[in-house]
Amino acid sequence: MTIVSDTEVAARAPYSTVLRKGETLAIVDLGGNQAVDFLCYDAADTAKRYSAAATISAQRNIFLTTGSVLRTGEGAPLLTVVGDTCGRHDTIGGACSKESNSLRYGQHTRYQHACVENFLTEGAKWGLAKRDLVSNVNWYMNVPVEQDGTLGIVDGISAPGMEVKLRAETDVLVLVSNCPQINNPCNGFDPTPVRMIVTGGDV
Amino acid sequence: MSTTSTTYGARDHARAQAGTVTETMPAIPASTWPDPPAGIDPAKLVWAETVAGGGYTHKVLARGTELRLTDLEGDACAHLLLFNADQPWERLNVADTVKVQWNAYLGEAIALLSDQARVLATVVTDESGKHDALCGTSTVDGNTERYGDGSPQGESPSGNALFTLAAAKHGLTPRDLPPSLSFFQGIHVETDGGLTFTGSAGPGKSVVLRTELPVVVLIANVAHPLDPRPDYTVTPLRVLAQRSAPSTPDGPEWTASPEAQRAFENTADYLTARGIA
Repeated sequence: MTIVSDTEVAARAPYSTVLRKGETLAIVDLGGNQAVDFLCYDAADTAKRYSAAATISAQRNIFLTTGSVLRTGEGAPLLTVVGDTCGRHDTIGGACSKESNSLRYGQHTRYQHACVENFLTEGAKWGLAKRDLVSNVNWYMNVPVEQDGTLGIVDGISAPGMEVKLRAETDVLVLVSNCPQINNPCNGFDPTPVRMIVTGGDV
Repeated sequence: MSTTSTTYGARDHARAQAGTVTETMPAIPASTWPDPPAGIDPAKLVWAETVAGGGYTHKVLARGTELRLTDLEGDACAHLLLFNADQPWERLNVADTVKVQWNAYLGEAIALLSDQARVLATVVTDESGKHDALCGTSTVDGNTERYGDGSPQGESPSGNALFTLAAAKHGLTPRDLPPSLSFFQGIHVETDGGLTFTGSAGPGKSVVLRTELPVVVLIANVAHPLDPRPDYTVTPLRVLAQRSAPSTPDGPEWTASPEAQRAFENTADYLTARGIA
């Protein structure tokens, strides 16, 4: 197996890469309980992008795990989850932003770090802008829905060394915000680094 | 020789069609809507239309408009997108809508939030209770696979295709289309995250939204993506919008939750600075 790249993404930092078709991205939760906000796009046409709705509808389930296929708005596969030692990942909570934090916790959070800032900054390197940001995946984040519809971000079920592996079904641009959130338990209130390992599709 | 073989004959033929009334069409002006239901003042109507199953519509509405959607026959499904009409890069954010309000389901006093933490509209009346904020709308490829056709002018148009057309008429492109909401066909989330389609609450149910900002409204009336019926099943949707007033700080939507209250405060802050409220 050829290692194409092996990158440690610091707590609160962004990351992006293009996976070639057949390559695999492993996202390793180094410290445990770290939410990894994640968007992906068809690298050849970024208007074809991850759709939470199409992904949820196709698999009829809001959680992602091994076998889940991340799909574009038209239903085309971008990435397949081919390994997952955690077992539950979120599709419905979206990213924290300075704006949404003002609603969730109060106006005092306006100057705190937020994932949308990372997505905007890192996305700009690839010609992406605000209109390209949609509901995203949150790897390792635990968002259950109670039977009365109450939902919320609760303590994670991840642990140090847990890993999710994604296989690219076409050339895919990946955009990540290693979530800086400190007001809810998605990170255990303590953002930690993650590791991104891209391996070749030659095995 | 037919009557339309000359310019004059074709003109007469075209003009003779005026005044035709069909089941699915808009009333222009809206105040001429023939049978306003209780609670609707025809003099205040700004939008009156029955949208065909498989049809779409769109409108720019002022802040403080009451938008009443009615599932006439029980098989409508109103897929909805909202944009701030003054700056359409600000748009509905379903993730924030469910996350901020700690609720996966739409219903009375739920605020439809923008990505800028403001309230685009609120749900003020809900007779149905069968809605969905998670599955989005249908796709061309999905409808082609299920029904044999997903093209926008075909027999079973997809919501994506219709939203694309509606958005184009406001200068917006597919990149501007985020996940949408749908009204009148429900889903339920099971403990394991699985989704159950719960269908419709039956004919005649209405949902009333109140706009809190000037908004572009896009509506596609198409079968829900999880609708299990083998045939493309969607019946007409009534759209009646009348001038009203936005929520006030003592209103039930404003005080529904601390999060909603902050969203209304953010909205008021924006409107004040902008000089429009």
